[in-house]
Amino acid sequence: MKLNIGGITEAGQSKKNLTGSWRYQIPVIDQDKCNGCGICELFCPDSCIDINNGRAVIDDTYCKGCGICVKECSRDAIVMQPEGDG
Amino acid sequence: MKEIRIHGRGGQGSVVTAELLAIAAFKDGKYSQAFPYLGGGGERRGAPVQAFCRIDQEPIRLKCQITEPNNLIIQDAGLIELVDLFKGLKPGSPVLINSPDSPERLGFNDSEFMVYTFPATEVALEVFQKPLVNTAMIGAFAVLSGDLNLEALSRAIEQKFPGVTGRNNIKAMKKAAALARERFGVMKA
Amino acid sequence: MSKYPVKNREIMQGSIAVAETIGALEPGVIGVYPITPQTHIVEHLARLVANGAINSRYINADSEFSAASILYGAASAGVRSYSASSSQGLLLMTEVIFNMAGTRLPGVFSAVNRSLSPPINIQVDHQDTMTLRDSGLIQIYVENIQEAVDTHVQIYRIAEDREVLLPAMVCMDGWIISHAYEPVTLWQEDAVKEFAGSYDPPFKVDPRKPLTYGALTDDDKITEFKYMVDSALCRTENKIVQAAELFREEFGNFHGDVVEKYYTDDAKIIIVAMGSVVGTIKEAVDRMRAGGKKVGLLKIRSFRPFPAAAVRELLSGAEMAIVVDRSFSASAGGILGSEIKANLYHQNGPVLFNYIAGIGGRELYPHSIMEIVQESETAFSKDCVPDGAVFFNLNEELL
Repeated sequence: MKLNIGGITEAGQSKKNLTGSWRYQIPVIDQDKCNGCGICELFCPDSCIDINNGRAVIDDTYCKGCGICVKECSRDAIVMQPEGDG
Repeated sequence: MKEIRIHGRGGQGSVVTAELLAIAAFKDGKYSQAFPYLGGGGERRGAPVQAFCRIDQEPIRLKCQITEPNNLIIQDAGLIELVDLFKGLKPGSPVLINSPDSPERLGFNDSEFMVYTFPATEVALEVFQKPLVNTAMIGAFAVLSGDLNLEALSRAIEQKFPGVTGRNNIKAMKKAAALARERFGVMKA
Repeated sequence: MSKYPVKNREIMQGSIAVAETIGALEPGVIGVYPITPQTHIVEHLARLVANGAINSRYINADSEFSAASILYGAASAGVRSYSASSSQGLLLMTEVIFNMAGTRLPGVFSAVNRSLSPPINIQVDHQDTMTLRDSGLIQIYVENIQEAVDTHVQIYRIAEDREVLLPAMVCMDGWIISHAYEPVTLWQEDAVKEFAGSYDPPFKVDPRKPLTYGALTDDDKITEFKYMVDSALCRTENKIVQAAELFREEFGNFHGDVVEKYYTDDAKIIIVAMGSVVGTIKEAVDRMRAGGKKVGLLKIRSFRPFPAAAVRELLSGAEMAIVVDRSFSASAGGILGSEIKANLYHQNGPVLFNYIAGIGGRELYPHSIMEIVQESETAFSKDCVPDGAVFFNLNEELL
C-alpha cells in the first residue's frame, strides 16, 4: 500500500489493535451505585467506556484492565474482578 | 542623487520627516526612498535617532545608510554636543539646524558647510502649542534646498495625516517656508 | 493604461505594501502574534479586517507557537492561511513549522528578518530564518519592496500546488525592506487572486469523515515520509521557476526565478548573496565594472529549495566566488557559504571565499563590498585563501 502524504491516515486505525485480549482483570460496574456522571468515560485511556441510559458501559474488546476507572470513580461504583470470574 | 540625513531625538518625527520628503519627491515625479536607523536605542523617546532619504531621477537600488550626505537636517541643536552630526558630510552641503540662535552663535562662523539655523520650535509652538518641529523644519528645508515642491509636500502631509492634523502640519510647513524665505532669501539648488 | 493589472503605483512602506497584497489575496485565516519589526504588517491586516475591507478571520494568538498552530489547523481544514513573525518569534514557531512541512500543510509566512538574541538587537541579519532551513519549509529571500509584494503574489500558487503542499516563507529584511518607503506597484485584487489559484488539498479535516493527523510512524515507514518531504521540496524548484515566468507574462515584473544573474556571463569574480544587500551589491558591481573589473552577482532568491544546479552552472566559469553571508552556523562558517561550497565539490569550479557580514544590522555599503572583493583578490593572487569563513570588519580591539 502506498503512503499518503503527510502521514495522514484513516481515522480509527487503533481499532485493529484489540487491547482487551491481554487483560487479566476487568472492571465491573455496580449498576445501583453508578449515576452516569461520566468521570470514568473521561479518564479511560482507551475510550472504551460509554454512558448508556444513564449508566457506564464498558466495551471489553478494548478494555485492557488498567483500573484507572476504579481509581477515578467518586462513588466507588467500579471494582476490578479477575478475568473470567464473570 | 540627493542624499538627506536627518538627526533628531526619538519622538521628534525624524523618521516621518524622511518619509514625507520621499513621498513628496515621488509625487513630484522622482524616485525616492526613506528609512530609519533604529539602532542605538532609537525606539526610546529622547534617544538620538537618524533617518535617511534619497531622491533621484533613476530607480534607487542602494539599501544602506547614507554615510556621505549632501544635505543634513538637525531637529535638535542639543545633539551637536552628543553626536558626530557632520560625519561624512560633503563640503559645501547645506545644513539646517533647528535653533533660534545664529550659526555664528552656535560656533559655525568658519564652517566648510553651508550652515543655516531656523527657529522651528518657535513656529511649531505657535501652530500646535507643542514642540512638534518636523513639518516646520521641512518647510524651511524646502526653501533652503530649492528643488523640493511645497505643493507635493502638502499632498504628502495630507496623505500621511488626513484631517485636522494634516491641515495644521501644512500650516506649520507653509508658515516656516514663508519665514525661511525672509531669512534665507530665495535659494536655488 | 498599462497592459498589466496595476491597481495603483504609490510610494509606501514595505510592511504596508505586503499587508495590502495579503489583503488582496484574502486568506481565510490570519493567525499572528506581534514582534518587532513584523508589527506593521499585522497591524495593517488587523485594520483591513476591522474595517471590513477583507473577509479573513484574524486571530490574535497568545504566542508565535499558537499563531503557527492556527495555520496548521486552518491548512488542515483546507483553508488558506497567513502569518508573519521575526527573530525569536520564528524560533518559537519552529516546532510547528516542522510539523506543517511533515504533514504537508501549506501555510504562508512573512519573515521580517531580524537578528537573534542574545544580546537583544532589533536589526537585520538572516540568522532567524536560516535556522529554519532544515524543516522542509520553502524560503524565498527578496531584495526590495516590489519583490516582496510580487513574491507574496507568487507564493501561494507554489506552496499550494498539489505536487508541493509545503509551508512557505517570504523572507524580507527588517527595517531595510519592512520600514523603508519606496515606490511600489500594487496589483488588482482579482488578478492577484486568480494568479494564486485556489487551495484544494487532497485531505481535509472534516468531522463527518474523520482522519488521523500526526499518527505514530515507526522505522518501517518514517524514512519514506521524510524522503517524500525532501522530494516535494526538490520539485518546488520547478514550480518557483514557472510562477516567476507566468508572473512576468501577466504582471510584467521579474526578479529572477530561483536565482537572479547580474553580469555573471563573463565574470571572473562572482559575488553570491541574498536579501536587501543585493541592491547595494549591484551598485558596487556597476562601480567595479566601470573600473574594468569583471565582477558579477548571483542573487539566491530561493534558498529552499536550494538551487544547486543553477549555482553549479553559473559559478563554474568564474575564478573566484565570494559568498556574503548574513548568518552562520557556529564553528562551521556561513550557512549560504557552506552550501555553495558543498555544491561545488568535485567541480572544476571557482575558489570560494566566505564572508560573514551584516550581522545585527551592521551596515554593508558599496565600499564594504568593494573592500571584500579587493581583500579576496589579494588573497587569491598570493595563494593564501582563508580555510574557513571570515568575519568581515571584526573589531579586534573589542575582543
